[in-house]
Amino acid sequence: MAKRSAPEVNAGSMADIAFLLLIFFLVTTTIEKDSGINRKLPPMEEIDPPIIKQKNIFTVLLNGKDQLLVEEELMEIVDLREAAVEFLDNNGDGSCDYCLGKKDSRSSDNPDKAIISLKNERETSYAAYISVQNELVAAYNILRNRRALEIGASRGFRDMNFIQMQRNYKDARFTGNKEKLKALIDQIKLEFPQKLSEVQ
Amino acid sequence: MSKFKKKKDGGLPAISTASLPDIVFMLLFFFMVATVMRENSLKIQNALPVANQVEKLDKKNPVSYIYMGKPSSGYEKFGTEARIQLNDQFASLSEVSAFISSERSALREELIPFLTVSLKVDREANMGIVGDVKQELRKVNALKINYTTGIGDVESNMN
Repeated sequence: MAKRSAPEVNAGSMADIAFLLLIFFLVTTTIEKDSGINRKLPPMEEIDPPIIKQKNIFTVLLNGKDQLLVEEELMEIVDLREAAVEFLDNNGDGSCDYCLGKKDSRSSDNPDKAIISLKNERETSYAAYISVQNELVAAYNILRNRRALEIGASRGFRDMNFIQMQRNYKDARFTGNKEKLKALIDQIKLEFPQKLSEVQ
Repeated sequence: MSKFKKKKDGGLPAISTASLPDIVFMLLFFFMVATVMRENSLKIQNALPVANQVEKLDKKNPVSYIYMGKPSSGYEKFGTEARIQLNDQFASLSEVSAFISSERSALREELIPFLTVSLKVDREANMGIVGDVKQELRKVNALKINYTTGIGDVESNMN
């Protein structure tokens, strides 16, 4: 018998099949959001609240109509970041040698004592609340970035701000000395501690 | 002379489509790899607000999701106020603590303190329900939370 070669399969419709699958996955894909603002809730057990001087508290009140009252004054959200930086960086008692603030005796003593108190009402919208949280975190990040650029170079981490340091610390491909980086991150965190309290 | 006249001056030669399947397959594989099948089908509206000071949610640690928002179309009988959704169904506030304990029981013991609760809250929800949920989480000592948001400028939250 003559040897017959198998007939070639027509591959012309392969593209159609692939397109069909592609469109299915395109439609069903939802890229999950996995970023956000991390927060730590205070534990439940009651501890006696320490006595804090009024000038060390930066009160932020967000009312049910999403209006912002900062230190008894109406404010727009765009101005909040700057006001918070000014408050944290004030250095009223002169004990903070890395602060550049105005040393106003009526504002906070030093970044370690400065506390931001955030109060919201039940009717406040979540979007407004997140915006305010975001601005307050941004204020801390501004100060920490500034500090990181100041002292990073002398520790062998030149031109790296605080956010990049944290990212590098988590990055497995980072080639620098991670232990030194961790120590530096912790030091900056201590110098500008995030003291953000929420009133219930 | 005829030797040099072999080429007929027809129209443009047809473009070969032989590599089309390859291109399509490449796209297909990209989407197959990037796709995360939704764990829960949402019965609520869940347009997250945006923020720009965000950190990545650490997937190495266990994450539980709590959704909040007003019931989406088709579920109007559950009202127009924002509600909580746990797993696949609407839940009341008192079920939050049970949800956390069931999530914890599925974990290895050493991972329990690292459980992060991701709050996926609709931007139109009000803080009342979020505050209540936070209070419930404090009661069961689930203190690590993450306000999950998109990435963008906060100005766009306000309209």
